[in-house]
Amino acid sequence: MRRETVQGWLLILPALLLLVAFTHWPAATTIIDSFYTTPKGSRPPRFVGFENYADLMTDPVFWTALRNNAVYALWTIPASVILALVMALAVNTAIPGRALVRMAYFTPTMLPMIAVANIWLFFFTPDYGLFDHVLGFFGGVRHNWLGDRDTALPAMIVVAVWKEAGFFMIFYLAALQAMPPDLKECAALEGSSRWNFFRRVTLPLLMPTTLFVLVNAVINAFRLVDHVVVMTRGGPDNATTLLLYYIYEAGFRFWDQALAATLTVVLLALLGLLAWLQFGVLGKRVHYR
Amino acid sequence: MLNRRTLLAASAATLAAPSIARAQATKISFYYPIAVGGPIPAIFDGYCKEFQAATGIEVAPVYAGNYGETLTKAITAIKGGNGPHLAVLLAAEMHSLQDLDILASLDDVGLDAAGKKWMEGFYPAFLANSKAEGKLWSVPFQRSTSVMYFNKDAFKEAGLDTEKFPRTWAELQAAAVKLTKKDAGGRVTRWGVKMAADVGNAQWTFGGLANQAGHILMNEAGTETYFNHPKAIEALAFWRGLATAGAAPEGVSNWGQLTPDFLEGNAAIIQHTTGNLTNLRTNAKFPFGIAGLPGKEGPRTVVGGGNIYFFKNANPAERAAALKFARFLTEPDRAADWSMKTGYIAVRPEAYETKTLKDYIAGFPAADVARGFLPVAVGELSTFENQKVYAALTNNVQACLNGTKTPAQAMADTQVEADRILKSYKKA
Repeated sequence: MRRETVQGWLLILPALLLLVAFTHWPAATTIIDSFYTTPKGSRPPRFVGFENYADLMTDPVFWTALRNNAVYALWTIPASVILALVMALAVNTAIPGRALVRMAYFTPTMLPMIAVANIWLFFFTPDYGLFDHVLGFFGGVRHNWLGDRDTALPAMIVVAVWKEAGFFMIFYLAALQAMPPDLKECAALEGSSRWNFFRRVTLPLLMPTTLFVLVNAVINAFRLVDHVVVMTRGGPDNATTLLLYYIYEAGFRFWDQALAATLTVVLLALLGLLAWLQFGVLGKRVHYR
Repeated sequence: MLNRRTLLAASAATLAAPSIARAQATKISFYYPIAVGGPIPAIFDGYCKEFQAATGIEVAPVYAGNYGETLTKAITAIKGGNGPHLAVLLAAEMHSLQDLDILASLDDVGLDAAGKKWMEGFYPAFLANSKAEGKLWSVPFQRSTSVMYFNKDAFKEAGLDTEKFPRTWAELQAAAVKLTKKDAGGRVTRWGVKMAADVGNAQWTFGGLANQAGHILMNEAGTETYFNHPKAIEALAFWRGLATAGAAPEGVSNWGQLTPDFLEGNAAIIQHTTGNLTNLRTNAKFPFGIAGLPGKEGPRTVVGGGNIYFFKNANPAERAAALKFARFLTEPDRAADWSMKTGYIAVRPEAYETKTLKDYIAGFPAADVARGFLPVAVGELSTFENQKVYAALTNNVQACLNGTKTPAQAMADTQVEADRILKSYKKA
């Protein structure tokens, strides 16, 4: 028994070491750092208790970033998941050129986000960019998509959905392919409508996949900020500042370690809460075969 | 036993040999940003090869992104213990870099009497962002002023004199309104004027505008700012007014977009850096002019660009090598060459005495326009916590340009924010 315990620990040791070194240890030091001031040159860090958190509560940019991130998540998550499901259902049927369509749907996923952002930068260019050009044919007016407070965040959301949907589609497609065909035959014999079949059979069977995709979508809603860096740098007037981008700015543009650490702890807590909600609440309602 | 000892000694000697050889041949690492178009990396590679041929010192040039990215990379690398020995960074970052305690002043890198004389040979306007605490902290290198490029064809079409660029705000706005062209559907096909207000550039545009109103935004120590001042508000109101007058687009224009906009004929006038001249000259398919920025009453501009900084992490040999390289880069002939290849203003008057630059200017007089505006130029906005102050200003400028804040409100909010940021730097 003891021998087995030692053996067990030895087996997980390599993974554990990496996990501790690159995840738990940095997280712990970040929490500690969030209770100290930023060290600057000759001034060492000073313990200030919860002062950094109190400062954060009065920081308007933090609240803007939080609100932006909430909007960003509430749009990108359902939009990309539903779009992925629709695309998967479309390419799961026998249509001509199916392989080509599948590839086309998956292409955005293969491109690095930086490249995607640069392509979209051109799409969003005012006056002679793709969108303004096309809208121009129909008498549309000029849009400063990325330079206008009202359209900048929606523009970021569109890019994120475009980038993500193809990735999620792959999971749905795999799940659909694994579904036994006799279910469909059975439903046809019973005279069930297609919509009814989808609602009563397909969708419940896709629930494990949906949970997995949702978890990923939630993580991405807080993790995917590359396009913000390339396209707007959080502007105009923080209209596209997301939490992670604000952490980057605090840490590597302002060199404000205290602010960056405090923000990171808040993001960590937020993600922890979301993970608990998803696995604890939603996870129980998922039917696994 | 004896045998073994000999063996050990021999192997120790072999092991030590490469490190001795390394110590003799100094190798320094040099970070630089690219803020303008053109084959900048090839130019730097050439300079480094020349320098090695002349001195035997190997310089490893590292392209590190735009100004902001280069700053981030340099600081991160230095904190990680593997930083550059010298780097071209924004001249305006002096206070912030000092605050991080990573800079070596020119005294620290061993500037001798001859070197001090060499430092006196730079244009005074370019040294404005180098002095603090009675010391020099950087060497002017890729320096520029903010200028306006204008499309001469568009000027002719609008019935404007191509030889007389506006000199006052009123003239500029009137000209820009005339230059704005709409198609039959009422859609603007050409804007009168575009100025950058994106993150990283808004503060430069605004620094120029403030000077045009006769206002300086900060004290020399970098501990106080003066945004909530009638003249600063007036400057922002003028900027916003260009859009409400229909001469500039609503919202924020991006720095990177200005050059293609200008080349596409989508903007008749753009405010950009002198460093972009060579790029525009190569790519513009129409005749264009270059002019100093107009002012409320007369032309005023702001200097910009990057200086060479030295870092504490270098050992004495590396510091000496770095200083040598900095002097090499700013020699008259090389300063002239750099100016011709990029459009940056040569940082020393001597460079304009060289035959190559004289000939070049004779054939391309536009290259000498910006230098004429150096007497009416001021230093860039530069404070402690520079990037935070920039962010506060940029956010409010963008809010104003989007019409969500009045100029007065935007400036008041910037001042409150800047005061909060600089609180701990103010000496009682």
